[in-house]
Amino acid sequence: MFFTYLRRELSNRRKQSVIIAIGMAVAIALVMIVNAVAAGVSDAQDDVLDSVYGVGTDITVTQAGEPGGRGPGRFDVGSDDGEASDDGGSRSFDQDQLAVARGTASFDASALDTVAGIEHVAGTTGTLVLSNTSFSGEVPDFGQMQGGQGGGPGGGDAQSAPTGGADGAGGSAFSIDAFTVTGVDPAADAVGPLTAVEVSDGRGLETADNTSGDDGAAGTVAVLDSTYAESADLAVGDTVTVGGTDLDVVGVVSSTSGEGVSTGSDVYVPLALAQSLADLDGQVSNVYVQADSSEHVDAISDAISAALPDVSVSTQADLASSVTGSLSTASDLVSTLGLWLSVIVLAAAFGIAILFTVSGVTRRTRELGTLKAIGWPNGRVVGQVAGESLVQGLIGGVAGLALGLVGIGVINALGITLSGATGTGGFTFGGPGGFGGAGGAGADAGAGPGAAGGGPGGGGGGGPFGGAADAAQSAVDVALHAPVSVTVIVVAIGLAVLGGLLAGLVGGRRAARLRPAEALRSVA
Amino acid sequence: MSAAEVGVGPTGPATAPTGAPTETKDRAMYEISQLTKTYTQGKRTVHALQAVDLTIGTGELVSIQGPTGGGKSTLLQMLGGLDRPTSGSITLDGTDLARVSDSRLTRVRAETIGFVFQGFNLIPTLTAQENVETALVPGKVPAAARAARATAALEQVGLGDRGAHLPVELSGGQQQRVAIARALVKAPTVLLADEPTGNLDEQTRDEIVDLLEGLWKEQGLTVVMVTHDSTVARRTQRRLRIAGGRLTEI
Repeated sequence: MFFTYLRRELSNRRKQSVIIAIGMAVAIALVMIVNAVAAGVSDAQDDVLDSVYGVGTDITVTQAGEPGGRGPGRFDVGSDDGEASDDGGSRSFDQDQLAVARGTASFDASALDTVAGIEHVAGTTGTLVLSNTSFSGEVPDFGQMQGGQGGGPGGGDAQSAPTGGADGAGGSAFSIDAFTVTGVDPAADAVGPLTAVEVSDGRGLETADNTSGDDGAAGTVAVLDSTYAESADLAVGDTVTVGGTDLDVVGVVSSTSGEGVSTGSDVYVPLALAQSLADLDGQVSNVYVQADSSEHVDAISDAISAALPDVSVSTQADLASSVTGSLSTASDLVSTLGLWLSVIVLAAAFGIAILFTVSGVTRRTRELGTLKAIGWPNGRVVGQVAGESLVQGLIGGVAGLALGLVGIGVINALGITLSGATGTGGFTFGGPGGFGGAGGAGADAGAGPGAAGGGPGGGGGGGPFGGAADAAQSAVDVALHAPVSVTVIVVAIGLAVLGGLLAGLVGGRRAARLRPAEALRSVA
Repeated sequence: MSAAEVGVGPTGPATAPTGAPTETKDRAMYEISQLTKTYTQGKRTVHALQAVDLTIGTGELVSIQGPTGGGKSTLLQMLGGLDRPTSGSITLDGTDLARVSDSRLTRVRAETIGFVFQGFNLIPTLTAQENVETALVPGKVPAAARAARATAALEQVGLGDRGAHLPVELSGGQQQRVAIARALVKAPTVLLADEPTGNLDEQTRDEIVDLLEGLWKEQGLTVVMVTHDSTVARRTQRRLRIAGGRLTEI
């Protein structure tokens, strides 16, 4: 009788049932989509973090650089630097700088042992993240000018027009090329950047590379990120110049996060080689820490801060909040607009369901009163009303589930790509700056030679690569995939049940209060 | 002038009409004493029942007449355990309906009392058969037995072939027959009818009254019927009148 009565009632109130189901379906689909997109964005953030910090890294340790400290940012071009042109009017030059990224500092690798000795630390590795900046260009040969003309950069005397330089009229031209170089311990395959890459061509770095060079020094080998290799037109067997030294490209690696996703660095070299090239023997800039359990991350973080007071310690949660770019925008949208939109639509759907249920009970006063009069217990009447609401909610839930799955499928089919970068200026975490882009951007503008000292990142204590161009180059593109998890389905069905129960409880309460005498009085 | 004021009248023995069951009428089915019901309507206090005394014997066929607002429906609700009095007592076969718990009152309604309403009060979405079955839901009668008893009840009221019809597909007289079947299917001891012929034409009215009278005779039910219609009232064994909340014997 319960189901017969329920079925007849719902089919009799088809219009009302459809409205409630549609409202519930839209709300539940929206919640599902927001939930799935949030999970997708979270996964994308994890991918970005994995690309940068490696899979399984729980904590990173860095040290902020001193303002105005060492870092790529100043190129000095002397009057005798470079090579003179055949006509003697200009000089061309090419300079390389390899230094710890601006805003960060290297520190003694003994910190690695300190961290490794902390309880619950399962693994550690140290890297030296460097920025290689090449500055090349052509300027007027001032040495030739000084004999008869004097004057400043690009200048000339009163009698003759300026000559020489890139344009033959005293002008200059410069180009900047910057890429990141990460010195890694080839043996560290459990934690650190190498855990998030896979060899796509050639080979990866090997432990033997630490000592395969002359006199037991590190071998001059490098492994390139696939996206960088493609953009720089480099392949296995070519050479890449790092800090003025040509390195043999022995392999190309790509991100395990997916095709087209860049890894955390453009060039990977053995840690010993990076230290040697940057003249930073025994130094690292990043320590990657893996905890034996996620429960111990905070305790380890505190212990590192206590043991190494000068360093910056960041957990995955800190790192996730540092992700910038469209990924961050998407995350903000999902967490704010999406959440509130879901709440509002859900509240509206619940409200509609409650309103219609109460209205239905009011309309059925005589009917429900009659049932009470002939001896239906209160609980049976309430159960009937609540059951009808629950089924209405479930119908909406199933429709919402289908709608949500379609919506999630559409989002996945669109192949939305989000771009994410950590920190404000690039991948290296903990840098205080990130506003030094102007210098790099203006490097090709043809300024006088006096401006050459500005160089990339000349705008100030910017990010690790010293400019916006570098930051853009370092961003990791991740395809958004909104996953359909059991949680999403459970949440959808749970909300449908909740909405139905809420409406049923409110309607049932009204039905429970109904006195049969009043119901009969209304028809007497 | 009410019976309570004169101390006679409704509490006296009823005169049995021809063919009425006489074996049990001397035993009281209802005993009502100083029954009062007062409620407020806006700022106005309405004395729906005023110190009503009444005894209805088992197996009696009683009609209650009176003007609109006179208290007849209120009295019927008290008899049916649908409402509680402000004061006084109303005993149904030994159970004081004024004082039992709500759940007990619900059980009394489910097991002992059958209701027939002026507006039929059928569930519009259920078939005639299912409507009759609703009366057996509180008794937790198994589905098969429920269906069999409902079918038998419908046959008893002459609607054996209309079980699959929705109320809207039935005439007024047929709907009232379904309502009567619903009231009788649980084999109550009391049948309370509130203007059972109020919405029917004369011919159908007579058919329904014939049916109720027949059932009363066959089953020995105690029947209390509220009606405006003197023709209907004249066919009952005992006629009461209520006006201004005061009951008198006609």
